Amino acid sequence: MKKVTKFLSLVLVLAMVVSCLAACGSKNESKNDSKEPAAVKTEFGEQGKVLNIYCWNEEFKQRLEELYPGYSKVDDATGKIGDVTVKWNITPNENNAYQQALDNALKQQGNANADDKVDLFLIEADYALKYVEPNVSLALAEVGIDVAKDFKNQYTYTQDIVKDSKGNIKGTSWQGCPAALIYRTDIAEEVLGTSDVDKVQEYVKDWASFEATAAKMKEKGYTMVAGFDDTYRVFSNNAKSAWVKDGKVQIDDRIWEWVDQAKKFTDNGYNVKDSLWGDNGWKSGFDMSGKVFCYFGPAWFIDFCMNCSEPGSVGEAGKWHITVGPEGYFWGGTWICAAAGTDNEVLIKDIMMKMTADTDTLVKLAQTFSDFVNDQPAMEKLAADNTVGNKYLGGQNIYGILAEGAKKIHIDYASAYDQGCNEKFQAAMKEYFLGNCTKEEALENFKKEIKTLYPELNTDDLKVK
Amino acid sequence: MSETTNTNTIKHTRLGRNKWGYIFLVPFFVTFLVFSLWPLIQTIYFSFFTKYTTQMFEEVEEFCGLKNYKEIFSADTMRLFFNTFVLWIIGFVPQILVSLLLASWFANNRLRIRASGFFKTVIYLPNLIMAIAFGMIFYLMFARSGPLFHLFENLGFITGDYDFWAHVGSTRILISSINFLMWFGNTTILLMAGIMGINDSLFEAAEVDGASQFQVFRKITLPILKPILVYVMITSLIGGIQMFDVPQIITKGMGNPAGRDIFKTSQPAIKTVIMQLSASISKSNNYGSAGALSVVLLIVTGILSFFVYLSMVHRDDNDK
Amino acid sequence: MATTELLTNKQKPQYEVKKSMSMAAIKVIAYIVLVLLSILCLVWFYLLIINATRSHAEINTKFAFLPGKSLISNWKKMNSSSLNFMRGLINSAIIALSSSILTVYFSMMTAFAIHAYRFPGRKFFYVFILAIMMIPTQVTSLGFYNMIVNTFNMKNNYLPLILPSIAAPVTFFYIIQYMRSNLPMSLVEAARIDGAMEVGILNRIVLPLMRPALAVQLIFAFVGSWNNYYMPALLINEPKKRTLPILIYSLRSAAEKDKDLGVQYLSMTIAVLPVIVVYLIFARYIVGGVALGGVKE
Repeated sequence: MKKVTKFLSLVLVLAMVVSCLAACGSKNESKNDSKEPAAVKTEFGEQGKVLNIYCWNEEFKQRLEELYPGYSKVDDATGKIGDVTVKWNITPNENNAYQQALDNALKQQGNANADDKVDLFLIEADYALKYVEPNVSLALAEVGIDVAKDFKNQYTYTQDIVKDSKGNIKGTSWQGCPAALIYRTDIAEEVLGTSDVDKVQEYVKDWASFEATAAKMKEKGYTMVAGFDDTYRVFSNNAKSAWVKDGKVQIDDRIWEWVDQAKKFTDNGYNVKDSLWGDNGWKSGFDMSGKVFCYFGPAWFIDFCMNCSEPGSVGEAGKWHITVGPEGYFWGGTWICAAAGTDNEVLIKDIMMKMTADTDTLVKLAQTFSDFVNDQPAMEKLAADNTVGNKYLGGQNIYGILAEGAKKIHIDYASAYDQGCNEKFQAAMKEYFLGNCTKEEALENFKKEIKTLYPELNTDDLKVK
Repeated sequence: MSETTNTNTIKHTRLGRNKWGYIFLVPFFVTFLVFSLWPLIQTIYFSFFTKYTTQMFEEVEEFCGLKNYKEIFSADTMRLFFNTFVLWIIGFVPQILVSLLLASWFANNRLRIRASGFFKTVIYLPNLIMAIAFGMIFYLMFARSGPLFHLFENLGFITGDYDFWAHVGSTRILISSINFLMWFGNTTILLMAGIMGINDSLFEAAEVDGASQFQVFRKITLPILKPILVYVMITSLIGGIQMFDVPQIITKGMGNPAGRDIFKTSQPAIKTVIMQLSASISKSNNYGSAGALSVVLLIVTGILSFFVYLSMVHRDDNDK
Repeated sequence: MATTELLTNKQKPQYEVKKSMSMAAIKVIAYIVLVLLSILCLVWFYLLIINATRSHAEINTKFAFLPGKSLISNWKKMNSSSLNFMRGLINSAIIALSSSILTVYFSMMTAFAIHAYRFPGRKFFYVFILAIMMIPTQVTSLGFYNMIVNTFNMKNNYLPLILPSIAAPVTFFYIIQYMRSNLPMSLVEAARIDGAMEVGILNRIVLPLMRPALAVQLIFAFVGSWNNYYMPALLINEPKKRTLPILIYSLRSAAEKDKDLGVQYLSMTIAVLPVIVVYLIFARYIVGGVALGGVKE
């Protein structure tokens, strides 16, 4: 009897102590820190003692660890640059968690200790405009960067994405993510009688040709694409209006064009009836046993998403090739922003300069991480280099095609709501493609989702086209 | 018994030892007040406001009367309750039937099931698996890239382009199967405790009187089990209306596929009440409509369990 | 289905032979049903473990009943992933253990207060607890979330996930039922005559007597907290503090770059297996405890 009582109380006490330690650990730390001066002398002058970086994965951390001079790794979540402690606040971006964490931190920016303030944060294109407002991020000019001069080698679209309403550039990226059409050479050979890039391009040069080719693929038992939304970004990037204007949601004609195409492709069996990234066959085309002719994506997609190192994959066999495709577009990318209220402007400027505008560093970045880097001369040099070939693409040099595409990208119509709208619209339309509802009903369901996600938006005027 | 307590202690104070009754209630009620009642009051308060944070960090808050209720008290919300109820009932009916059967077998002295300890251990096991993991396992197993999909395809039950997660019926049945698997063992153990509590002499007397197995079950076992069946039903109902984890992970929070059912337009057929609530709270800080939905949920739960509650109080009176 | 089977086996007691035969038939049916249900319960864990040892490509292409050879490579990939399942295991254990112990102990205390003492309002408190038993926690979650996040600024703290478990009406209800049939007040009286304090009586007389019920409720409460996804998902977003359910949800919507089926199955195995092991150790105690609770009259 006594034993149980004792055991229970012991466990209880232990559990409470452990949970208190776990819960209060971080608080104690910051308390101790705040007694010391918040600023330290560095080679850049007086700077905040802690550089807080907010991001959603290891990508930037790996690149900084590898290539930023003077960065030394302390542990998985901390590093040192001189006397400045670099603190990585990584919140994976599932279920919108990253933006929530970042928003929370930014909300408290005014009251937080100097060492707890956000200094640097990373964003993606689909919601970039949310973070370009004056009270959130600093313009590059405010940290001492002259965009026109210092960043002249960058692709202009990478600057357009983070431009605020007054024309200030609020972030910078080391990456460009121009995307292309990735096709299987063996299927091209069989169905189209050629696997040559220029000749295949003729078969996919516009959407009409694309569809005609899809019919040919179907005859031979192949599907043109994998998912419903594989071509979505090609259309949405070339839209002539933003998702949201003056608080009203609008749907561009190009988006409706995608809806009709995807529906036709689904009904005709030109795709595998799954969503992009899905577990229901979308990935099947990555293997030689698959029946998918082409995917759409940028360099990172080939290197990291197509399972190219797996035995039996198309990539391992070197049977992929890329071509420009029907329209140019981009997909992905990460932008670095300086948070309003930071006490590390000088250091931030140096990180931005070295990581996104220094040609030597960027070339190394391209070589180490296979990034398509944000430096036009560097990319053109790589494009001209015959020794540079991607082994998954049978040795094809992809930089020429991608660099050509990158220059053509224009981002004129973006809104802060793009991510949610894209995601909800695709999910709603999937039910239409599957035949679970009509186009009108799918649109109604989309409106409801938007009302939950963004109560401030007006969806009353939306009509099916 | 209480009289002895009172006479022993009445000398010291008016309440005497019985003041400890209050003292022992303090932790429960303080916790309840802080973590449940106050939040509930706030929830109700918010339900009368338009209150949310915009994408651009602006805080919107204004009194709006019953607007949130009007918006929420529509076919859309009915649909959410309907979806939730369907998912619950498909799982609950087999759950209670199978549990009754198993419990009566286990508790039957003359049947003497061997290795009953093993079976009980096994059927309770799924209850330990976090619902979200169970949902994920099912999702992966039945996706087109999943092992069970391959198995069924090889056996010729389905064709290679079938998609379990693209149809309302198959998605509902699979989700309810998870609920069934997770809870029938738990229910069996609870019912068994009840059946075993029945005095053996009752069964013996029935046997002497020539009652059949079925008569014994209907006339003795069931009536005595009724309170515990009611208890099982309440907890299952409360659990059912909170259904969230499994449909959330399987549909990635979207609640698709869409289906018509008894409704005029096609809407997500797997989206449950709590999935909507969770989306309103976390995605947009949409406090107003989340508050109204909470209140509606409270009322519906209250109505559903009121008669059960009455029967419990009634039973409690009989105990004394 | 239960009743119809029994119905077809109606028999008259005077024919002893026939009776035992129909009993044997029921027994056969019972075993078949039990074995099938057991398979249905276990096959998921078997498949989970089997697939944890297979590579992404193998899982993707065909079904297998036998393990593969990729356990070690899956393990390595899992540990290099940003989803730290080992850490999640510890986090989940801390929360579930603390809150289940709080639940059980304080539910017993509350039940004892109602059961053993006579004071004004006793009936009201009892009915009140029964009434709030019906309120799903989700109903108050908006206010709770607002209080924790905006008032106390305690996001990413475990205390809001642990402390509320002190008030657990369902556990209270179960324990007071058990107390009514298993706690002789004479024992309490005897202890009082020996000069025991009320708290002492609760800990030294009531707690041991309630052990079977407490053990069952401890497991239920532990599982409840361990399984809990809803509240932690709202309150925890710091990677190091994520609990297992949050991590598993992350697998579903994970960044696709490292979405490897072998790793996914292995991660879930890691999340599920320890509980199964602990349960198998305690199982006899739980099932036995339930039986014990019922037999005493």
